[in-house]
Amino acid sequence: MTKESSIVYRTVSDVRGPLLIVKHTHNVGYNEVVKIRSPSGEMLTGTVLETGRGKAVIQVFEGTRGLDADKTAVRFTGDTLKLPVSTEILGRVLDGSGNPLDKGPPLTAEDHRDINGSPINPYARQYPRQPIQTGLSVIDGLNTLVRGQKLPIFSGSGLPHNRIAAQIVRQAEIPGEKSDFAIVFAAMGITATEAQFFMNSFEETGALEHTALFLNLANDPAIERIITPRAALTAAEYLAYEADLHVLVILTDMTNYAEALREISAARSEVPGRRGYPCYLYTDFSMIYERAGRIRGRKGTVTQMPILSMPQDDMTHPIPDLSGYITEGQMIVARDLHRRGIYPPIDPGPSLSRLMKEGIGKGMTRFDHKELQAQLYYGYSEGRDFRDLVTVVGAEALTDRDQKYLAFADRFEQEFINQGDHENRSFEETLDLGWNLLSEFPERELKRCDTKTIGWARERGVYAYS
Amino acid sequence: MKPDIGYIENIAGPVIKAGGLPSARMYEVVRVGKEQLIGEVIEVGEHFCIIQCYEETSGIAPGEPVAATGDTLSVELGPGLLGAIYDGLQRPLPELKEISGDFISRGLTVEGLDKEKKWKFTPVVKVGANVVPGDIIGEVPETGIITSKIMIPRGIEGEIVEIVAKGEHTVVETICKVKDMHNTVHEVIMMQKTPVRIGRAFKERVAFDTPLLTGQRVIDTFMPLAKGGTGGIPGGFGTGKTVTLHQFAKWADAQVVVYVGCGERGNEMTEALEEWPKLNDPQSGKPLMDRTVLIANTSNMPVAAREASIYVGVTIAEYFRDQGFDVALMADSTSRWAEALREISGRLGQLPSEEGYPAYLGSRLAQFYERGGRVKPLGSDDRLGSITICGAVSPPGGDFSEPVTQATLRIVKVFWALDKDLAARRFFPAINVLTSYSLYHITLEQWHKENLGPDWPELVRDSLALLQKDQELREIVQLVGPDALPESERAVLEAARMIKEDFLTQSALHEIDTYCPIGKTYRMLRTIVKFSRQMAAAVKLGVSVRRILEFSVLDSIARMKTIPWDSYEGTIDAIDDRIDREFQSLFTEPDGSGVLMPGVVE
Repeated sequence: MTKESSIVYRTVSDVRGPLLIVKHTHNVGYNEVVKIRSPSGEMLTGTVLETGRGKAVIQVFEGTRGLDADKTAVRFTGDTLKLPVSTEILGRVLDGSGNPLDKGPPLTAEDHRDINGSPINPYARQYPRQPIQTGLSVIDGLNTLVRGQKLPIFSGSGLPHNRIAAQIVRQAEIPGEKSDFAIVFAAMGITATEAQFFMNSFEETGALEHTALFLNLANDPAIERIITPRAALTAAEYLAYEADLHVLVILTDMTNYAEALREISAARSEVPGRRGYPCYLYTDFSMIYERAGRIRGRKGTVTQMPILSMPQDDMTHPIPDLSGYITEGQMIVARDLHRRGIYPPIDPGPSLSRLMKEGIGKGMTRFDHKELQAQLYYGYSEGRDFRDLVTVVGAEALTDRDQKYLAFADRFEQEFINQGDHENRSFEETLDLGWNLLSEFPERELKRCDTKTIGWARERGVYAYS
Repeated sequence: MKPDIGYIENIAGPVIKAGGLPSARMYEVVRVGKEQLIGEVIEVGEHFCIIQCYEETSGIAPGEPVAATGDTLSVELGPGLLGAIYDGLQRPLPELKEISGDFISRGLTVEGLDKEKKWKFTPVVKVGANVVPGDIIGEVPETGIITSKIMIPRGIEGEIVEIVAKGEHTVVETICKVKDMHNTVHEVIMMQKTPVRIGRAFKERVAFDTPLLTGQRVIDTFMPLAKGGTGGIPGGFGTGKTVTLHQFAKWADAQVVVYVGCGERGNEMTEALEEWPKLNDPQSGKPLMDRTVLIANTSNMPVAAREASIYVGVTIAEYFRDQGFDVALMADSTSRWAEALREISGRLGQLPSEEGYPAYLGSRLAQFYERGGRVKPLGSDDRLGSITICGAVSPPGGDFSEPVTQATLRIVKVFWALDKDLAARRFFPAINVLTSYSLYHITLEQWHKENLGPDWPELVRDSLALLQKDQELREIVQLVGPDALPESERAVLEAARMIKEDFLTQSALHEIDTYCPIGKTYRMLRTIVKFSRQMAAAVKLGVSVRRILEFSVLDSIARMKTIPWDSYEGTIDAIDDRIDREFQSLFTEPDGSGVLMPGVVE
């Protein structure tokens, strides 16, 4: 790496959008950090996007307002972007690049880590298996979250994704285990009100002192959003793998992140992919999402919960679509459930937790969990199909069996999915509730469950068809 | 010859422009920068050549050296491949972990095969024998399942003048000497080195005649794959591509499985690594990993290596094919590979065609799938080997009209269409039977008739017809309600429901249901079709469907899935008898006098 370059260049040739082009450079490294002094004396930061002999293209995080080709001074630091990390970062409020925003001292550093991280060797990973009890039945019962998972919330404008995320943060625990946890919160382009909502919620539960906040708000420079999740995850990896903490990372809103990426890509006149987003959006997302996980022989874990808003609730939009291909499932916040007053309005149909299969069952949650989950899914989707049918032909046209499914779908939404903001249900409560709702059906309708399991539920008194 | 040393001119992500390499050839491997990162020449110009770098390029600066190696990207083939897990450049991941810890750093060089390990070599030819390339000279019991064959490499032909006795040798020790017609003596070692971008030579292609049984009922029945065939499995996220491919890798009756995780999730590879060594192959009873080679280039690993990983995988598959094995190769996902092509192409400023993909996308995909097939490998004997290729496709937004899906469908002969609606209902495997197809039905008909029963084609046709009719009727039901249907059509709906619920759905998580031997698949289908035929006949005679649905045998039919693999015959025989008895009872007085009882007709 080129360490000797303390030369200051005043050879800016072009300023274009968020990009700065410097001529006559010598031995500038790719991805190197650049310090820029604007004509008015302001200090800005950027990184090198492309470097050749005698030319470097720089992206400026704070934006290029006020820069010129004449007086602007550029210094290449010879190093890639690094974040000072230590456990002292907990309880601090930082800007989107990791500089303190609160009145506290500069960050102490036990180490400086490259914010881009390195890929975890798949051979070193350990498959995530410990279920997290969020206290929300629709998640715990149907799509259980697992420690070390990356499970995004796909939402839309006007939907209560922040409330859901805050409730999960408040309630998440591994039953019967008191362990050390931390929260890393990365805000990308959300409003100050939204950020305040989260801070209040963390404060209320006393979680604030275990939280590191990286805030790039709506009025902060857009390009800085490219480094915000990376800086946050660098801190999270340190806390998990060096300080043995179980870290929950909330990234909100990934849509704003992708838009910043698109801005850079457009300014560089790159060949666009779908909807103008760069062709490498998938690879870029994966460099963020894949930084969740669990490593053999290390105690801590990184669990990610990215929040992204789907433009026009469209799940096929490139941002949710590419995210879904990388993350281990998704929680879909549905507008129709929300309109009907159901909270949390998470639609079980398209929602999925890929890692739940290993995290539930005997010794994890309860032995009947898998069968019960399959049966509840079957019942709810049957009921929803009949709901469509009833609008056409009327309820009288349905058989008794079909009527039962119709009624089940309604009760399932009202009693199982629906719950209060401060209602914290244990795994046991959630599963028993599921059996309770199934009591409407005779045993032979419960094809997804083993007869022995049904017998067990009957004995327990939670399944009571007669 | 001393290799050329050039210099870096320009860097943009994984694409590097280098000067001072006048002798650089296309696809030559080069070492980039002071850290000696691995790269490959992908464009040659008058003064400069373009290199795609297989590792992260942060911090690399113009002016740093670029060294030509004279080699093209190659893999090492020989004993030691089975059970291994490699990255996209055939570097073993466990060794990388030893060198660089839990995170992969760059500039690491690790060879694909262990050069120290000794293998038990048994010669099968004697001094004086004449050999041609591809001839087997010895065997190495590599794992509990597979005995590797050691072959004469290409370019060596003549008389064996020396061969070692049975004993332990490393892959680089000389085990055999061959004197050619010019009296030159060639030394043969167990390891071969093969470039990855061109297929290994073989004598000729051979017609398919055997199915690759996957143990998945819906596939073995409705869209079977032939050994040596190609199949594509497109589906949006969450529809179960990876689970299906994992199921193939676990249960397919191939002798060797090469699984390429190309640009997908790290945890999925970890799952395979943790689970497969514990699972036993149903054919041999030995751990599954003993027949498997894993290639893991996850999405956050460098994008250019993702492009190479597919070729590394298929070259390893060809090596086992040449030994005379039936190999199955799974690529998850070819879309990520195509995106790697797009990313590199975009950085080179090539003119994009559809959706930004390069114009050569279709031909590259075709070249890859063409490396599958059933062949007579080189050698003087007539052994046969095959590679069956299954590629996952991840269409953006689940839209099958996008270029990668379309280009794939033009090549592959089996199409498994994953359906988002089925997945949302947790109907797994979420394969839509009506839109999927296999072009191997006729090729395989003979095998099915001989090994299962002469009625197999008819059973498949009948059940497919029921499902098709069901779809049409359900559209009507959506409009007018189920009451408007006559009894005979209600019987069709019920029969289709049985096929779907009791036959097509199969749980990958259930210890028995996860794999279904083809014999059991046949018996289950026969029983369900038998029931549906008797139901149709009874309904014609005036029995109501509701009455038939009260049969207690239906519960047993629904639980056929979980009958153990080795004892299904008797249980299903008993179910067949009960079906006959229960239908009989419709037309019999309770005292058994055998008179048609009109009372049951509602």
